[in-house]
Amino acid sequence: MIKVDVRRKAFGEEEVLRDIQFEVDVGETIAIVGASGIGKSTLLRLIAGIDHDFDGKIRRPEKIGMVFQEPVLLPWRSVAENLTLVHPELGSEAALSGLERVGILDKARLFPGQLSLGQQRRLALARAFAGRPDLLVMDEPYVSLDPATAEEMLALTEMLIAETGPAVILVTHSDVEAQRLARRHLRLHGRPATITSELATGSASVFSGVHHDRA
Amino acid sequence: MSKTLQHPAVARALSLGLLLTFWIAAAELTADASVLPQPWMLLGPFAEALASGALPYHLGMTLWRVVCAFVPAMAIGAALGFLMGRVPAVDQWLDPWLVVFLNLPALVLIVLCYLWIGLNEAAAILAVVLNKVPNVATILREGARALDPSLGAMAEVYRMRPLARLRHVILPQLAPFIAGAARSGIAVIWKIVLVVEFLGRSSGIGFQIHFYFQLFDVAMVLVYALSFIGVMLLVEALILQPSERRVRRWRTA
Repeated sequence: MIKVDVRRKAFGEEEVLRDIQFEVDVGETIAIVGASGIGKSTLLRLIAGIDHDFDGKIRRPEKIGMVFQEPVLLPWRSVAENLTLVHPELGSEAALSGLERVGILDKARLFPGQLSLGQQRRLALARAFAGRPDLLVMDEPYVSLDPATAEEMLALTEMLIAETGPAVILVTHSDVEAQRLARRHLRLHGRPATITSELATGSASVFSGVHHDRA
Repeated sequence: MSKTLQHPAVARALSLGLLLTFWIAAAELTADASVLPQPWMLLGPFAEALASGALPYHLGMTLWRVVCAFVPAMAIGAALGFLMGRVPAVDQWLDPWLVVFLNLPALVLIVLCYLWIGLNEAAAILAVVLNKVPNVATILREGARALDPSLGAMAEVYRMRPLARLRHVILPQLAPFIAGAARSGIAVIWKIVLVVEFLGRSSGIGFQIHFYFQLFDVAMVLVYALSFIGVMLLVEALILQPSERRVRRWRTA
């Protein structure tokens, strides 16, 4: 259902990506791994439809959720409004239950600046899932977190993915994150970067449900 | 310095009091009320002008022209500046114009407008608008350049509607620039309005100042000028500052 076919992506004269083809099924999670600076985030921006300037074709669903490296919230709107303004079809009740699911219901009336960084990331997660996306893209979502918080966020993410069941494309340079969430790993390598290996592992625990009780 | 002297309101009052003291001292030294009258000697003429209805009428006319020039100048300047900040091609083509208009003296624009359009209200307002638009555009261009690309990406991914994007993503980022342009805008506009009235209108503070200038009546010139400064201070305290506080609420929360 998601079909990526990027022939060529360049910034000016510098070619960054070439001949990248893969498909992702409903409910499948794949990880795109590779050294930093290789072009993983660039590829993700193409997939998410932020950047349209490339040769090739990408078929993606209408409803997309995205988790960025930073929370990327609207600091001038309240926590609840950060959900309802981005998803106008969402009622206030649904927004509040979205906040409840990530454990920040009591912060609904505050501004994002009044939350801790961990809580801001929870809000960003709630926003990504609030629209019940068919595709979720995550761009190194937990790089800047300490191990304990990262673990907490990973568990929460697993629960939300299991609940909503979107296709997930995760970009990371952490093998732990990739192992944990995804069955399929695509490795980007070279310059311009292309997919050099595809690895399928059985270790992904997305649908095992073991972490549900933690959130 | 003691704590009470550092309180903003106290410091403000003291600073204004000091200015008043200088005025009184200077008036004492000149010892000629026709050159510089004492502050309290303005109260009589002020009350008279107020009672006769002349002061409210001319004050109202000037205020009306300020509003008529301020609104389109802000709207056009903000739109132009935003476009220039976002679209490099527009910036390339309009930037030289901006430099020309920024460096064209207000007086030249006013005289040309009167010569080309005639001594009427439309020419007066247009002259003020043309004087102010380049300033607003320059400030808003900086604001548009400083927009956070990651918020734009977020709005794009979640397919936010254009109007919601403008209202909740773009305008809040531009708010400090809009407030700055409005602040400096209103101060500059009323000064240009005065020149416009001085040169070619038969109402408004500028016209009255022209009239009393010909009579060498320093007291009335001061009465009219100070009355408008008073009105502008009220606008600042009652409209600009409260709305700015509201918009900035999220920063201090």
